[in-house]
This record gives sequence, C-alpha cells and structure tokens, in this order.
Amino acid sequence: MSNNAAEKTNNGYRGPGLAVLDKHGVGVWSDVEVKTTGGKFRGIILPRSETSDDKHIVLKICSGYNIGLAAETIELMTEHGSRKANYQIAEQEFPIEPGKPNVVLFGTGGTIASRLDYRSGAVIPAFSPGELYGSVPELADYCNLRTEELFSVFSENMGPEQYVELAKNIAQAIEYGADGIVVGHGTDTMHHTAAILTFMVQNPPVPIVLVGSQRSSDRPSSDAALNLICAIKTAAESDIAEVVVCMFGPTSDQYCLIHRGTRVRKMHSSYRSTFRTLGDVPLAMIDPKSITMFREEYRKRDPKRQMIINTNYSDEVTLLYYYPGMKPDVLEAMIETGYRGIVIAGTGLGHVNKPTYRALKLAQERGVHVYMTVQTLWGFAGMYVYETGREMMKLGVVPLANMLPEVAFMKLSWALGQSDDLEEVKSIMLKTIGDEITLREPYNGYLLYQGAVPEVQEFLKSIKR
Amino acid sequence: MDALPLKPFQEMTSEDYAEIGLMCGLEVHQQLLTDTKLFCRCPAGHYSSDYDAEVLRHMRPTLSEMGEYDGTALMEKKTRKNITYRIHHATVCTYEFDDTPPFLINDQAVDIALELSHLLRLNLVNELHIARKQYLDGSIPTGFQRTTILGVDGWIPFKERRIDIRQLGLEEDSCREVSDHGHERTYLTDRLGMPLIEVVTEPNMFTPQETAEVCDLIRKICRSTQKVRRGYGATRQDVNVSVRGGTRIEIKGVPQIWRIPHLIYNEASRQVALLRIKDVLNARGITHESINTPAMDVTSIVAKTTWAPIKTALDLGLKVRCVLLSGFAGILNTTTQEHTTFAKEFSDRVRVIACLSQLPNIVHSDAAAESLWPQDWLKIRKRMKATENDALILVWGNDQDLDTACEEILIRAREATVGVPSDTRQPLKDGTNGFERVLPGADRMYPDTDLPPIEITADRVARTKALMPEFVWETEARFREWGNGGGMAEEDVQRLCISPRAIFITRCMIDLKLSGKLLGTICGQWMRALSRKNLDTRRFTDEALLEIFSAYIAKRMAREGIPWLIERMLRIHEPEHIKASDVALLLDEIDMKPATDEQLSAHLDRVLYQVQEENFPTAEKRVRYMMGELMEDLVGRVDGMLLLKLVNDRVSQSKSAPSQEPMET
Repeated sequence: MSNNAAEKTNNGYRGPGLAVLDKHGVGVWSDVEVKTTGGKFRGIILPRSETSDDKHIVLKICSGYNIGLAAETIELMTEHGSRKANYQIAEQEFPIEPGKPNVVLFGTGGTIASRLDYRSGAVIPAFSPGELYGSVPELADYCNLRTEELFSVFSENMGPEQYVELAKNIAQAIEYGADGIVVGHGTDTMHHTAAILTFMVQNPPVPIVLVGSQRSSDRPSSDAALNLICAIKTAAESDIAEVVVCMFGPTSDQYCLIHRGTRVRKMHSSYRSTFRTLGDVPLAMIDPKSITMFREEYRKRDPKRQMIINTNYSDEVTLLYYYPGMKPDVLEAMIETGYRGIVIAGTGLGHVNKPTYRALKLAQERGVHVYMTVQTLWGFAGMYVYETGREMMKLGVVPLANMLPEVAFMKLSWALGQSDDLEEVKSIMLKTIGDEITLREPYNGYLLYQGAVPEVQEFLKSIKR
Repeated sequence: MDALPLKPFQEMTSEDYAEIGLMCGLEVHQQLLTDTKLFCRCPAGHYSSDYDAEVLRHMRPTLSEMGEYDGTALMEKKTRKNITYRIHHATVCTYEFDDTPPFLINDQAVDIALELSHLLRLNLVNELHIARKQYLDGSIPTGFQRTTILGVDGWIPFKERRIDIRQLGLEEDSCREVSDHGHERTYLTDRLGMPLIEVVTEPNMFTPQETAEVCDLIRKICRSTQKVRRGYGATRQDVNVSVRGGTRIEIKGVPQIWRIPHLIYNEASRQVALLRIKDVLNARGITHESINTPAMDVTSIVAKTTWAPIKTALDLGLKVRCVLLSGFAGILNTTTQEHTTFAKEFSDRVRVIACLSQLPNIVHSDAAAESLWPQDWLKIRKRMKATENDALILVWGNDQDLDTACEEILIRAREATVGVPSDTRQPLKDGTNGFERVLPGADRMYPDTDLPPIEITADRVARTKALMPEFVWETEARFREWGNGGGMAEEDVQRLCISPRAIFITRCMIDLKLSGKLLGTICGQWMRALSRKNLDTRRFTDEALLEIFSAYIAKRMAREGIPWLIERMLRIHEPEHIKASDVALLLDEIDMKPATDEQLSAHLDRVLYQVQEENFPTAEKRVRYMMGELMEDLVGRVDGMLLLKLVNDRVSQSKSAPSQEPMET
C-alpha cells in the first residue's frame, strides 16, 4: 500500500510510471506500441502491484508473458485499442435437489477459491456457490449448497469480533435446519478458530467443518478441490457432530484427515499435509467416495440435540513462549499492562527459570490467571515430577495437562470472558469440552518419522505416496 | 491406402515446398550450465532414475489472467490422469513437488540468459516478471512452469538474410516421463526445475532443410558461450509447421536436429491431406453441424466376434460403441503421412484423451475387411441406420472412457470439415507425428504471485554484455581461413568453433600465427582420436598446449612431436591435469628437436648394419623392422613418411649388392 495517501495512484501506478502513461495519453488496459531506448515493444498495459517500485510499467505481450519496461527509457507510446481482463470463475447455477443434505458454507477469506488481485499482486477469494460449482462441480454430488461470505480476511487477521460473529451465524444456520456447516478459512490460524468454535458452539447437532487450502485454487495442483469436496462430504454425510478440521492427509492428492478442533495444529508453513492431530489419532480419514472412522467415541449427529451457544470472550489474555534466560520483567510487563490471563508454554514438562518466580508471585498477588502448557506440544505438563514444578504450582500456576498452547490461549480467553474468579475459571479450564485435555495418550498419538532410517525409507518407497 | 499428397521426401525441392506455402518456426530449448536449479537450491544436472518415494497428484484447469480457460487445460481435465512423481532425495527438495514456495530466481542463470540475449540482438526488458505457464499433463507438479521473458525482437544472420527471433525466455525444465498407460502417468523429477532458455524464432524458414540449419545455428550460438549443458536432452526443440490454408502445428520435443526435415515433410503432407479432406467433405455438403449422431452400444452385435482386439476387450467385460460419421465414407483411408491414414487422427485422440491406450483402440468401416465379419458390419450398419455414404468407427472400453472417446471422435470429425485443428504433436521415430494435446495459447499464462518482479539494472546489462563471446560465424570464418599453412578442415571448424578451446585457438592464431590446419589437426582430430582411446583430453590445459606450441615455434621440437608428446603426457599424468610446467620439464628432459640430416644418416647407417646380420622372409618385413627400430629413437623428431622414403631409398641402394635373402617361395 502506498504510504502517502495524497500521492496519486492509478491501478498501482504512481510517480514516474504514472507520469509516462499520462504523458502519452494511455492507461491500464491500453494496447500500446512502446518505443524505448532499448527497442520497440507491443502489448497491453496491466495494472501494477502497489508494493512494486514506481519506475516501471507492466506490459502483457502477445505471447501472454508480462514484461516490465523502465519509464525513463520510454520515448513514445501509441495506443491501438484496449482489452480489459475479465477475471471471473465460470459461474454456473448450483443445482438444488430435494432430498440432498443442506450445507451452509461460511466464507471468512483465505485461499479456498480465489482470483487474482492485481494491486496486491496476490490472490483474493472468490466465493459464490455458482463460482464454487464452476470450479469444483463435484460438490453438487453431495449436497444443496448455500454460501455466505461473513468477512474477507486473511486468517492472521481473524480475532474476537470474527469469532463471535462466526459462532452466531453457525448457530443460526443450524437452527434454520442446516444439515452441516462448512467454514472456509485461511490455514494459518484455522486451529485457533477450530478451538474457539468448539467452546462457543457446544453440543452441535450437526458437523461443523473448517477447511482451507495450502495452494490457492488458481493453481492446477491446488489442494483446494479435494479439501473442499471432503469437507462438504463430511458436513453433508458424516455423523460427526463436532467442530473439526478437514485438510489433506498426505501431500499426495489422495485423502483428507478429519481432526478434532481442539487437538489439531498447523505444523508446516507450506506443505499440503500441514494439519496434524497432536497427542491423539485423527477422528477419520475421508476421500470423495468414503469415510473411514478411526475412533468410536465422538459426538454423533442428532438433529434434536440442543446447542449451547456461549460467545463470551476476553481479550486480556496472552500467550508467553518461555526461553532460557528469560527475565521476570517480560511477565511483569504483561501483568502491569493489565493482562488478566497468561498461558505459558514452558519447557519440557512445563518449566520456567527461577528468576521468573518473582513475576509469578506478582501475578498471584494481583489475581492474574496463570496456566502452564508445554512447548514440546506432545505430552502432558507434569509439574509434580520436579520440585520446581511444585514450587510454581504454589505460586498459583495451573498445569493444563496435554492441552495445546494455542488451544489453552483460546480457552482462557473464552473462560475469562465468563468470570474473573480464580476458582471458577480454573474449573472451566480443566473441564474438558472437546478433548482439549485427554485422559489417555494413545501409543500412536506421537509419530514423527525420521527420514533416512531404513525402515522409514522402506515405508516411503513401498507404501507409495 | 492411397498415395501421399506430396512427392516422396527425397524428391521434394524448395519449389515444391514453396508451392504448398510451407512456413516453419523453431522454439529451441537449451539447458544452462548452472550449479543449482532455477528456483531452488537443488544441484543441477544430477540425474538418477532411482527414487526414494512417490507423490500422487491430480490437475485441474484454472483461469488465465485474462479470465479465460485454455483449451489444452480443458483437454487434460478430460483425461482424469493419476499422476505419480518419483522423488530422489539427492535431486529434489520440497520445492519441486510444490510443497514449498519458490526461492528467488538463480542469478547465475539470469546472467547466462542475458548473455545469450545479447548474442541474439534482442530488445531487453527492464524488469523480469515471472509467469506461470500452465501444463496440465502433469509434467510439472505445480501444474505450471515458472517462466520469464528477457528480451524480444532480435535477429541472427542466415545465408544473406535475417531470421527474426521473437523472444528469449528463461524457464524451469519439466519432469521426465517414465510411463503413461490408461489413466496412470508416471514422471521422474530429477530434471525438474533445471534452468533452460527457450529461443523462439518467427516462421522465417521455408524448407525442412533450412529449418534444421537454423536450429543448428542457434544451438551453436548457445554453445559458443560455454555456459550451456550438452548431451542427450540438454537441447530440445519444438518445430512449428504450417502450409498455406493450414494451421500452425507444434511438433514438440525433437531431440536431434537431423530428425527435423523428415518430421516437417510429414507434417506438411498431413496438412495438405487434411485440407483436401476438408474440400471433399465440404463438396459432399458435410458441415460442423451435420456431425451429431449419438454413439450407440453395439456390444451385443459383436459378442461372438473372433477378431482379437474386440474379443479380448469383451472378455474383460468392456463394451463396444459405434460412432456414425455422416458422409465420411472412404475418407478414413486417406493417406496423411507416410504409412499413416486419416483414421489415426481418431485413434490418437481416443488414446490420449479417453486414455484407451491399448492399440488398436478403434476399427472403422473403411477398413472393414481386416476386422469383424461382414454380417456383423451389416448388422451394425442397420442398427446405426447408416447409408453407404457414411463411415462407422467402433471403439471399446469402460462406460466412462467410452463417453469421452465417442465425444472426441465426433469433435475430431467436426474439425475435419474446417481444416487442420491446432494440435501439439509428438515426433515419432519414423518421421511421422502423433497427437499429443490441443495447442495451448496465450490463455495459459498467469502471473506468478509468489515472486516479485526483478529489475535488470543497466550495470547488469553492461556486465553480461562484456562476457559475450564473439559471434560464432566470425569464429567459424577465422578457423576456416586462417594461416599460410591453410585453414581448418570443415569438420574441425564445426566442432572447434563451439568448443571450450575456441578462444584458445583464436589466441594461438593471432599471437603465435599458427595455421588453422595445424590447430584443427591437433585440437580437433588428434584430441578426438585420443578420446577414442579413453584418454580424457580435457585434462590437457590450454596453458600446457600453449607451452607445446611455443616450443614448436621456437624450433625446440618438431611438428611431428606434438601429437606424440600430448599422448605421452596424458598417459604419464593420468588422471591429473597437465600444466605448462609439466610440459617444460619434459622438454628439458628429452630431445624433441627435429632430427638433422646428419643425425638421420647416422641412425640409418646403424640400423642398416644391424639388419645385415638378420634374415627376413620379405623385403617389406625388413623395411618394417627398420622403421620400428628408427622410430624408437626418432619419434616426434622426423616426419614418418620422409623417414620411410629414406629407408626405402637406402634398401634399394643396397639391393644392388648381392642378395642374402632366401628365394621367395
């Protein structure tokens, strides 16, 4: 974005670039012949990304390639007409068939279906049922689809306002008879949203499925189509009446995994198979033809079940990632700033260093809610194992078993939205709503294969994909 | 099968090609000699068909930047391929199989491409924009090739005229195909992501032969930089062919230049044939609209056939359908290319798009006698309500593939009424070509939102311009003509002008005044001969060669000694590189000076004396023995032919003396 609001821009052009367009009386979408000191060029002038410099103009030449020409080299531009791009996903009416489940898809932004945005140079979502049907016609095999675009934000810009709005809309859609809910979401904070929805929309009678894509749908090998098909199928056909995330299982275009909303985490910045269930096994695997359940205990679909909607939320909660040598002032600053709840991601079984105790004591004095989770992500906080753990508990730190740090953060925000009483909040935090704390960790809930180990290589090669 | 529409290949003249309005263009792909790949840090040029793991992907068409779908993309969508990528840890990282965004473009590759852009006299762009060029065949796991244009509108001289160069692009190489059967296609990923340039010419060539010559010229220009890869697959070309009234057809991925003329001939022939077919159909009143009869299932009619292809299909539980082509009687047997009829156009589409890859995959009524029983054909005709003016095509497979196949047959038939459809075609070994896919257009281009534009600064332009070698045709002319002793043999000119020694040879010509002939003999023929003896001649450094040539000029060694010394040094210093100091040392150690007349005479006397004591079965053997003895002492110091003459002279002188040889029996 331009820093200077007064600066004149035109489709991303400003400064010398804009001046040269104005000088020769041409503009974006003009089909021009350009005479430069480096020879002649011919093409259509395209908009320019606002983050790019102001010294060049962009031309689409007849072979379809784009090139940049330096404004200072341009001697003459002659217009021969114009051709405006009309980037639109082929829209077709989504077929409605009585008897098929009714699914509502809420859009929040993200890269499920997207189109090009010239000015940011990035992709922006495109969404209507018609557009979705135009790009993934298989969706009509599973359901009658209604879509509603609630907001259009990248997932890092999701926050309390959006969580509440989303929860209320989901509740309303379910009350109006939806057989399943799908939420299109950017992947970065999808697991945060999955966690908060678990707490805000309790006891849902139908599936609530979060879905996104790691490769935007403007790429031929995008994971968006399979993710979307599987998410819609989960919402329409599965009997998992929980908040779940449905995303690629392996990096191969084969099947998706359904993860419980409180046990899932994005684990790779770019892999398709980035979402993993931690400390447990996923709920199910799903492909366009079948759903295979991995667990027997889950909340089954029941249209008569009454939901509990609780959208309370406090934004006075923070998450502190402990590091060796941390000084107490960090924590003290948080307390002084007015944060009422602090989730610590401690080392190992849940530890911080001795100097921090001073700050923990301050928290205790001020009635600040302090909870301990583990940086290791897998495993339980075990604060009885060492003396230091017990000392910390004496200072009011409450261990959160195997609750993931991000989930603990979301849950504490939600809990503090309801009460500021230490005991009451503690009871909310420790009472499991959706497996955010599990009693048992199964032996296959922690699997991190290491490459090059012969048996792993054998697996990778023989199992293929 | 009727005759080809053109004269036989060998008899075609440039006038014949002018008459059909042949126009050809080239897209030459050349891998660059870089350390790493174009958009990631994997090593370049490492190949291995071994693999550690496999990844499966599917491709879906997406919109172009201008908001349109590309025809090729839609075609590939119909094929519903499962695409498997084989991955080896040494050659591929997560970028290649699209699980990591691209890293910034390889600067080394950009510099080489700029140098080549200068050589092709292109107008350079000031800012590179990376584009995604869609490839839905799966040859790239992302579904698109990252590519960028460095320059447009250049030219190269060719036989007193100019060949226009439309553009030079820098792009990542694709996967190597392992297999493609039915709906399963497998690729190796080792070559994926290697930097290559694409040089696109305007359609300025008018005969198959000159197209090959221009291709060779472009290849030589590339190689003259010494910064491109060589070897099988490092240079590949697409040949664009059209005739008057026809369509631009791309023959994709021709691996060797010598194959180009025959491939062009057959494509020209195909286009002429297709245009004639169009005229015949139009004369019969057949139009795009008249080809619309729905296909019908005829499985029950042919249930008892003994014709193997259909019988095998029926045994597998597959179905047989018939497509009626109204007014097409006799057309399917029209010869389009050598040993190829029009029917193959249908078979190809069914194979590629419907994935019915077991051949034969169709049979038609124009070749009825070769397949089903006549009574079955009659029943089919009746079922289809076909008249004798119509042609019938049978195709077999599962229902889903048959839907695609029958639709494609109708599409291809409709195209026949219009002329030559826009295809990308695959070169075949016999010089003909087959359908590969619908020709993609500008609509498959899309800006790459993962990478920012890259400014090409004036400094960078100047720096790469300074690295540019001289034009290869100038080198060629010098090699051919240089020196009193005569120029280089043409074979040596062609090989050496693009060899790593080209600059060194020029230096020897100018600084040492050595002739093209001598340099060609030593750096060309002799080095090649040594390579054939499994000696790695690249170990002989330019400086060491210069030391030898200088010794020769200073008359410290005979011309004859040069090859001998090179071979000897390569053998003693195996496997190290040979430096100038190594040469100097050896020259101090042994006498390589040309033998004087006195020295020659003394050696001759000694050997002659020696052989007097011995018996030889023939005079010839005596001479051979003498030569052997003499060369041991004089190797490299005397011209062998001169020595032989001297020996013969001496032997015949002594013949006048009484012979001591036994009588020949």
